[in-house]
Amino acid sequence: MRFSAEFETRFAEMVTHYPTRRSALVPSLLYAQDEVGSLTDEVIAELALRLELTELEVRNVISYYSMLTTKPRGKYNVQVCTNIACMLVGGEELLDHCKKKLGIGHKGTTPDGLFSLEEVECIGGCSWAPAIQVNYDFHENLTNPKMDQVLEEYRKKGTQ
Amino acid sequence: MAFLVSHPDEVRVISKRFGQGATDIDRYLQLDGYKAVRKAFTMKPDDLINEVKNSALRGRGGAGFSTGMKWSFVPKQSAKPKYVLCNGDESEPGTCKDRLIFEHDPHAVIEGVMIAALAVESHHGYIYIRGEYRYLSVIMQKAIRDAYAKGFLGKNIFGSGYDLDIYWHGGAGAYEVGEESALMESLEGKRGIPRIRPPFPAVVGLWGGPTVINNAETLAAVPPIILGGSDWYAKLGTPKNGGTRLFCLAGNLNKPGVYELPMGYNLKKMIYEVGGGIPNGRSLKAVVPGGSSTPVMLPEEIDVAMDFDAVAKAGSQLGSGGVTVLDDAACIVKFALRTMKFYRHESCGWCIPCREGTDWLEKTLIRFHSGGGVEKDIDNMYYLAENMLGKTFCPLGDAAAMPTMAFVKKFRKEFEDHLHGKPCPFEKAGAAERQPVLA
Repeated sequence: MRFSAEFETRFAEMVTHYPTRRSALVPSLLYAQDEVGSLTDEVIAELALRLELTELEVRNVISYYSMLTTKPRGKYNVQVCTNIACMLVGGEELLDHCKKKLGIGHKGTTPDGLFSLEEVECIGGCSWAPAIQVNYDFHENLTNPKMDQVLEEYRKKGTQ
Repeated sequence: MAFLVSHPDEVRVISKRFGQGATDIDRYLQLDGYKAVRKAFTMKPDDLINEVKNSALRGRGGAGFSTGMKWSFVPKQSAKPKYVLCNGDESEPGTCKDRLIFEHDPHAVIEGVMIAALAVESHHGYIYIRGEYRYLSVIMQKAIRDAYAKGFLGKNIFGSGYDLDIYWHGGAGAYEVGEESALMESLEGKRGIPRIRPPFPAVVGLWGGPTVINNAETLAAVPPIILGGSDWYAKLGTPKNGGTRLFCLAGNLNKPGVYELPMGYNLKKMIYEVGGGIPNGRSLKAVVPGGSSTPVMLPEEIDVAMDFDAVAKAGSQLGSGGVTVLDDAACIVKFALRTMKFYRHESCGWCIPCREGTDWLEKTLIRFHSGGGVEKDIDNMYYLAENMLGKTFCPLGDAAAMPTMAFVKKFRKEFEDHLHGKPCPFEKAGAAERQPVLA
């Protein structure tokens, strides 16, 4: 299977950084997932081959890390933190608002494939709570109206 | 991106370049960048270790172990390569400080890793950043490339004849990986389960080689220590607690934010003056002083110096610097439940007391909070938590047990108020106000 040129350059460099090839596994899985959308059987087979691992060894690692997924997510994965600092200032209410607004629950995806929703653990936005990430972008000090704006911006971006 | 705050009581050592454009290597050089490592080249490894020992710098990840001592445990002679590993897997709930360091001053971390490498005579460093912090990985990868381009990393750095490689490494979502032995497993491309100790990483670490593992903030404090001297740094704090630290003020506060304050700064002052006190005319109910794993403190317990020893004496822990403040609309049972939900989710499942204990505690707390609790649940929760303590390979079990025991012990009355099918007395009061202050 083929990855982007950017992935290949990064991968080729990364494997030179460690005394064992498998050390490149976790970051490679995440970069591959970002390109392909999820860790498909094909991606798993390819990385296993390249890093001299069995597919089972790769799957074992995938199942441990919460960001890694074998199931496709929406184009924009909305990750709402409800851990302690966010909870104290409305993180749970924000999650409920997103559920209503998007019409999906935890780990659900909208029928048009644009949004996924996930309740996540602490993302390091505690002093700017409540905080969310959409894919890798942080949005902080949110209120329900601000959340609506954020979703609207992604909707525009995603349907252009 | 996270915005910066300031307060007159701040002492800026680690945050002095925040907001100054120091991600650019030339700007970093203008702001005293890479001066400390040049000075380190004129010092012997033992002198570097002693300087850091004398500075009374203690691990900012949470355990508070002497950084210089940790370095001194690395054997001088080793058949296997030695490694320096920067722990940037920041994920203790309530903690968001390393994020600012990576965002504003990535070269300070690189320089800290370099000095640590010189001190233990290592030629290989890794900077591990949690997967969620992708934008910070981009910043760090560029910073490392720029350092290579200047000849600060690679072969014969600064023309010294010393070779040193430093690489970025990324995670993919796992709190447990912040624990040092799980961090090494993850870097080796495996599930992040802890290793049994001894042997400690300083002797047998990454790929079996001696390994120094320090938190990103700890390493960022090293260049200023080498430049300013250990006496200066030690005196910024309290005895045996040198320097400053980034405190992440969060929760029900008027002015939450990350503030750099001297070690030993008074917690009450931190909440009411630096953090601006409690909003909405509410009053203080409790404080979790050092990340979600540290035992909760009552308002009457917070007149305490925020250093490792004083907070321990007061029955809690300084931990990771995440100060989470609860107002009187917060429900402790709910808070305990959310804390336990986190630990249950993050428990790697390797040790039975942690895997089973967190699950049982979460289930009990769910039932209890929804009004289905019975009186004996209260003692059972305490007993369960107590039986997790010290019985796991890594501190995650303790991290789940310690706060639970404190919640039950200090807020027993509130647990009792949830008994006999009564609805949570706080649910309604809190909801209306749970909106951010800085909206």
